[in-house]
Amino acid sequence: MRTTGKVNGIVSNLVTVTFDGPVSENELCYIKLGDTLLLAEVIKVNGNKASVQVFESTRGLKNGDSVEFLGRMLEASLGPGLLSSIYDGLQNNLKTMTGVFLKRGEYTEALDHEKLWDFTPLASVGDRVIAADWLGEVKEGWLPHKIMVPFKFRGEYTVKSIAPAGAYNIDHTIAVLTDEAGEDVEVTMVQKWPVKLAVKAYKDKPRPQKIMETGVRVIDTFNPIAEGGTGFIPGPFGCGKTVLQHAIAKQGEADVIVMAACGERANEVVEIFTEFPELIDPHTGRHLMERTCIICNTSNMPVAAREASVYMAMTICEYYRAMGLRCLLLADSTSRWAQALREMSNRMEELPGQDAFPVDLSAIIATFYSRAGMVVLNNGRSGAITFIGTVSPSGGNLKEPVTESTKKAARCFYALEQNRADQKRYPSVNPIDSYSKYLEYPEIISYLDETVERGWVDKVMEAKNLVRRGKEMADQINILGDDGVPMSYHEAFWKSELIDFAFLQQDAFDAIDALCPIERQRYMLDLLLDICHHKFEFENFEECRHFFKEMINILRQMNYSEFKSEKFNDYQQQLNKMINS
Amino acid sequence: MAAKAYKRTYTSLQAITKATVSLKAEGVANDELATVGGKLAQVVKTKGDTVTLQVFSGTEGVASNAEVSFLGEPPTMKVGPQLSGRFFNAYGKPIDGGPEIEGEARQVGGPSVNPYKRKQPSELIPTGIAGIDLNNTLVSGQKIPFFADPDQPYNKVMADVALRADVDKIILGGMGLSNDDYLFFRHEFESAGALDKIVSFVNTTEEPPVERLLIPDMALCAAEYFAVDCNEKVLVLLTDMTLYADALSIVSNRMDQIPSKDSMPGSLYSDLAKIYEKAVQLPDGGSITIIAVTTLNDGDITHAIPDNTGYITEGQLYLKADSDSGKVIVDPFRSLSRLKQLVQGKKTREDHSQVMNAGVRLYADAQNAKTKLENGFDLSDYDLRCLDYAKEYATRLLSIDVNITIEQMLDTAWEIFGKYFTAAETGIKQALVDKYWKKA
Repeated sequence: MRTTGKVNGIVSNLVTVTFDGPVSENELCYIKLGDTLLLAEVIKVNGNKASVQVFESTRGLKNGDSVEFLGRMLEASLGPGLLSSIYDGLQNNLKTMTGVFLKRGEYTEALDHEKLWDFTPLASVGDRVIAADWLGEVKEGWLPHKIMVPFKFRGEYTVKSIAPAGAYNIDHTIAVLTDEAGEDVEVTMVQKWPVKLAVKAYKDKPRPQKIMETGVRVIDTFNPIAEGGTGFIPGPFGCGKTVLQHAIAKQGEADVIVMAACGERANEVVEIFTEFPELIDPHTGRHLMERTCIICNTSNMPVAAREASVYMAMTICEYYRAMGLRCLLLADSTSRWAQALREMSNRMEELPGQDAFPVDLSAIIATFYSRAGMVVLNNGRSGAITFIGTVSPSGGNLKEPVTESTKKAARCFYALEQNRADQKRYPSVNPIDSYSKYLEYPEIISYLDETVERGWVDKVMEAKNLVRRGKEMADQINILGDDGVPMSYHEAFWKSELIDFAFLQQDAFDAIDALCPIERQRYMLDLLLDICHHKFEFENFEECRHFFKEMINILRQMNYSEFKSEKFNDYQQQLNKMINS
Repeated sequence: MAAKAYKRTYTSLQAITKATVSLKAEGVANDELATVGGKLAQVVKTKGDTVTLQVFSGTEGVASNAEVSFLGEPPTMKVGPQLSGRFFNAYGKPIDGGPEIEGEARQVGGPSVNPYKRKQPSELIPTGIAGIDLNNTLVSGQKIPFFADPDQPYNKVMADVALRADVDKIILGGMGLSNDDYLFFRHEFESAGALDKIVSFVNTTEEPPVERLLIPDMALCAAEYFAVDCNEKVLVLLTDMTLYADALSIVSNRMDQIPSKDSMPGSLYSDLAKIYEKAVQLPDGGSITIIAVTTLNDGDITHAIPDNTGYITEGQLYLKADSDSGKVIVDPFRSLSRLKQLVQGKKTREDHSQVMNAGVRLYADAQNAKTKLENGFDLSDYDLRCLDYAKEYATRLLSIDVNITIEQMLDTAWEIFGKYFTAAETGIKQALVDKYWKKA
């Protein structure tokens, strides 16, 4: 018998329910509003009263309306067909919904139950398996999608039978497993997992070993993010947060991209699913949409489902990681998620923490970030989730609870700066305040030594230092005037401008400049450092300014040209002439 | 009418605050409307058998034995083609002396468009103002506010933009408009001869502040009727959203909610997003574009209202009094249209985005030169050229009294570049320079 209850109080989407049986924290329930069922989640139990957050509008709900508890938490359906789907925060398929407007209480299946998949068995009868071990494989797009022992299974199982190669739908039994007590269980291609719990079905979680290329110079060279690493992008509105995130999504070196549009603009999601099917993945030559799953809970969709959406996205990543794939999770924006928590905490009349956020905000964020990472699977293969979240600090002030809590949890920090954005220096990542902790990892340093160039990190540090020095010089020049400082100040300033304009700035809307492979980044940085090492002689600061402006113009034209093309080499020639004259 | 059957009446209030009343009642639905002593009210909270109602026109004169009647339905408005050319108050009652609207009653504040069913905005909305069309191009289905100080002519600019824009309907949602401004809009619309494509919902400063909360929902309900049912291009003007947010904070304060930043309710972001996200490009050709006004306190954009707005809207437009040209200009640094790249170079000439960027970059150099000048330093030849450029750029392009086509704006920009700079100094792609560069 399921527990039932009755509505007893309503404030916006927080509903109090009196109930008659056992109820657990985070359990789901349906509230009956006429013929419509409204999904809700228990967030607090007190005596025989439960506070539930409703994932829909509560308009028209009355005290006394009946409630049925479901005996389970919010779960993700995991199986082939997740990629190229567009879901809301509760994993309803937005594509199969009818009508232009979202209908309250319309819930759609996450996966297609009719579609046939070509199954190839990987396990054999008699194999001893545990949760997340691979039983078979289907092709999802070009990715090998593993069918695994469900994550929920505990202990060891023996494969009793396995389906032969053939085309099956996801509900077909592809294996029968026998547990330690001798009971048989059937396994299909789809399994469920409660989104708020981390999937821990792996052997080991080592430190990240390599970097994930994004084609964005200020990230890959100046502040690289590791494969299986975490990073965050805080920035005031209008600083190019979304453009930068989309660039990473388009170019990130990953097998699977999951984008959680959490409480952001609907038109940004439209941009993704309008453009991605047209765009080609630079690494595989396939359509980007084939490796992308979008979880979309835009700002006007129900607030409670916003929180669910980031967990849903993470769970889908964990599923693909267990197949030995490299996943990239982008969440825009985690501040909206924190605000959803604040709204609920506020309605429950909890004692507020800083800025009226719940007091455990910091812990919630840290726990979430810790679900990312590289893992070694039971079969020795590895998989990774790289997580980049954006933060929208209120008033652009980085001393606010969400930014501060995230700073403690994430390893890379990409500070977007209003000032740079105002000057149209995009991406507006501040080269001095931003950091990547991974540049301190010995594993990463030696990886870069081997794959990019020996002593690479030292070069990066040198370039960073040149930019920092240039900034100090600029301050001096502003205080003392162009004539009040020695020539060397001007030279140092302009050398930093050279690095800024030719390397840090990148045109995300130019077909060639948008994507800069690490090999090209190495070439350009070496070139720029060579110029910076050169000691030039100038009569006056006007000449100095003119000289570097000219040089910057040539370097920018180089960035717009195909790498090592005739045009590119032409510009290189012009540059050499300038340096040696 | 079916709703009448549910009509229940009570006469014993338990609590009265300035904006809300509470009483014991049964069978009351969330969001349902009621009348309290003849004033319109809405259910905002139920707890056990206690119901809290928000009284739109304020509770002045409400007695503890006032009659409370529940109407059995959430706020609705009647929609139909007769809305055109009419002026209404926050409750949807005519204030122009005309007859009541006959038509289908629709619930206001209805559901959102399925994001998957949206289309990517791609239609240019030209306004003739270069500060907007050249640097911050507007696109149908976009939502964008003016961030303006109270002394700036934002209502005038907004009326200009609305009347020049090529749209089928203009819907004005006026919140806390001064009576003078209300009459200004009425006069502008009438003298442009455009009254038949305009619908107005107006709450003036003479009316109670909480009533304003109904205005955006009313205006957008009408907009959805024209955009969804009639496939029309609709432009919605909302002024002033700051006063709307102030009304939200009054209600949440009376309900004893814990305030977050700047004494605004914690749900401010979601409340504003619900309104702005109604902007949409629909699959069948209809669209809703929202241009709003958020007044600032002495230019402070870190205040919760402009701050949350900025994260929701697709850009923002700033007005600024420019001392070089002596005109009001659209500030090129802080203004932004996020959707501009959807039309720039696609619906406009290929050189649009590069010309825009170069223009703004050089204008920034002029600002640096100005700072040097103010600090008493010598100016280089380049600095001097920048200053001359800035003056001409502001006068001929940034000023809000400009009214030319985008092609003319681009030609003007190339002409000014050529007058003061070398091609290399502009940093524009060589291919474009070869094609468009105008020697002085």
